[in-house]
Amino acid sequence: MLDATHDNRLPPRAGVGYKPQHYMDIIQGSGLLGWLEVHAENYMGNGGRPIEQLRQLSKKFPISVHGVGLSIGAEGDLDPDHLARLKHLCDWLNPASFSEHLAWSTHDSHFLNDLLPLPYTAQTLTRVADHIDQVQEVLGRQMLLENPSSYLAFAESEMDETAFLSEIVKRTGCGLLLDVNNVFVSATNLRTSPQAYIDAFPLHAVGEIHLGGHDQDYNETGAPLLIDSHGKAVVDPVWALLDYTLAKTGPKPLLIEWDNDVPEWSVLAAEIARADSALVRA
Amino acid sequence: MKVTQAQFRAGLLDPSLPAPKGLANPDGAQASKRFDVYRNNVAVSLTEALIAAFPVIYKLVGDRFFRAMAGVYLRKHPPSSPLMMYYGDKMPQFLRRFEPAKSLPFLSDMARVELAMRHSYHAADATPIDGQALAELTPEKLMGTKFGFASATYVLPSDYPTYSIYHANTEDGAPKAVMRPEAMLIARPQFDPKQTLITPATAIFITSLMAGNALGVAMTAAGRDLDLGATLGLLLGQNCITTLN
Repeated sequence: MLDATHDNRLPPRAGVGYKPQHYMDIIQGSGLLGWLEVHAENYMGNGGRPIEQLRQLSKKFPISVHGVGLSIGAEGDLDPDHLARLKHLCDWLNPASFSEHLAWSTHDSHFLNDLLPLPYTAQTLTRVADHIDQVQEVLGRQMLLENPSSYLAFAESEMDETAFLSEIVKRTGCGLLLDVNNVFVSATNLRTSPQAYIDAFPLHAVGEIHLGGHDQDYNETGAPLLIDSHGKAVVDPVWALLDYTLAKTGPKPLLIEWDNDVPEWSVLAAEIARADSALVRA
Repeated sequence: MKVTQAQFRAGLLDPSLPAPKGLANPDGAQASKRFDVYRNNVAVSLTEALIAAFPVIYKLVGDRFFRAMAGVYLRKHPPSSPLMMYYGDKMPQFLRRFEPAKSLPFLSDMARVELAMRHSYHAADATPIDGQALAELTPEKLMGTKFGFASATYVLPSDYPTYSIYHANTEDGAPKAVMRPEAMLIARPQFDPKQTLITPATAIFITSLMAGNALGVAMTAAGRDLDLGATLGLLLGQNCITTLN
């Protein structure tokens, strides 16, 4: 178990998920942008432009490395090759933060490219905690674990997600990445209260907050089913849930995620400005 | 009721299977619509990854055909690693046997080209030799010299005009392809992989050098059609050569 005081070094400011089409805007710009987040897997090639751009960006901004492929919630062992690639990236880049998801994506060496759900039981708790211990030991740093977007639950679950995450923090000393949009999506889909989720969340462990857009679909009965698509602006109820959260936590590193149908820089800059004003209020 | 990840995965990739039992739906009904969200995420995200990897094939066959083909591919060959930048490595073999694409026999070679462009883009940075070092060798020494290559370098011969088809679909005003065999060199002078149309003799020559043969051996393999000066100039100009031994 890692010492939980080993602090996350992202500044409590607004950041953005980096997209290569915005390279010039970001490297030449100044102002509200406090830090950048990159998906780890996009920087696991051997060289070329992606690595060079990341090297240049890291001279100007604190970088958060956000993994999407480690499959921490998998029934099987973590992929040692992938863990070694993560270590290599963290070693040369020395990012301000490393985070991954409470989800699985690989089974029998097949990677499914989605963040898949797991039941919350004593057994899965032990497995996830073991995997996080292994990650923190290999990387030699604390990691943040992100709460998922849920579309369904499992009949076999023995505890709710906030209790599961609280226990993970206790056992491993990891921090948490609180995705407020995911909270809103899951609560809507599972017919629970997003505020009650925030109230029960171990907020002392939060090292970063995510905000993103979602799509709206409907289930068989015509009730809303929200899809975490990261392809739109953040909606007002999610901004309100952010204010509710920040009132409890104070300012935190706050990220705008926009991964699909990526807009021009000015649109993202407006979201960053709105995030920044939420931090000022907090 | 326990749902194993093996059951979950099987249902994700096979839409004819019902959603696994043991999923909870707060609306009371079967969770099939909810399970479909994950099914859709997997299929769409892998399809998008293949569109990004094979933009020329996508343009050649069109959106509908490509998405249908990707649906077959991703179920037959789900990714074996989380590095989506390399997803699609089995596309050349897949396309050779993919019945609906039989009328476009060059697609398999085009997939090899597009994979090589990707691998070249992400290849390790290399420090090229100074051309002067080559010029200073005596003819005798030169014949026995072996070359080290930047890992971004690829030679791709084809029975089809892959170079012309690629450029006709990526550049305005590029000439229409004429049915003939073509070979290309893919190299990365700095950050962007660049294709050069080369003769069959040049392709044999560079391939032989890349296999570790000395220049004299590669020249013999290439035969009399080889333009040695132009070929060495091309390799130096594209920053392909990293060592002389």
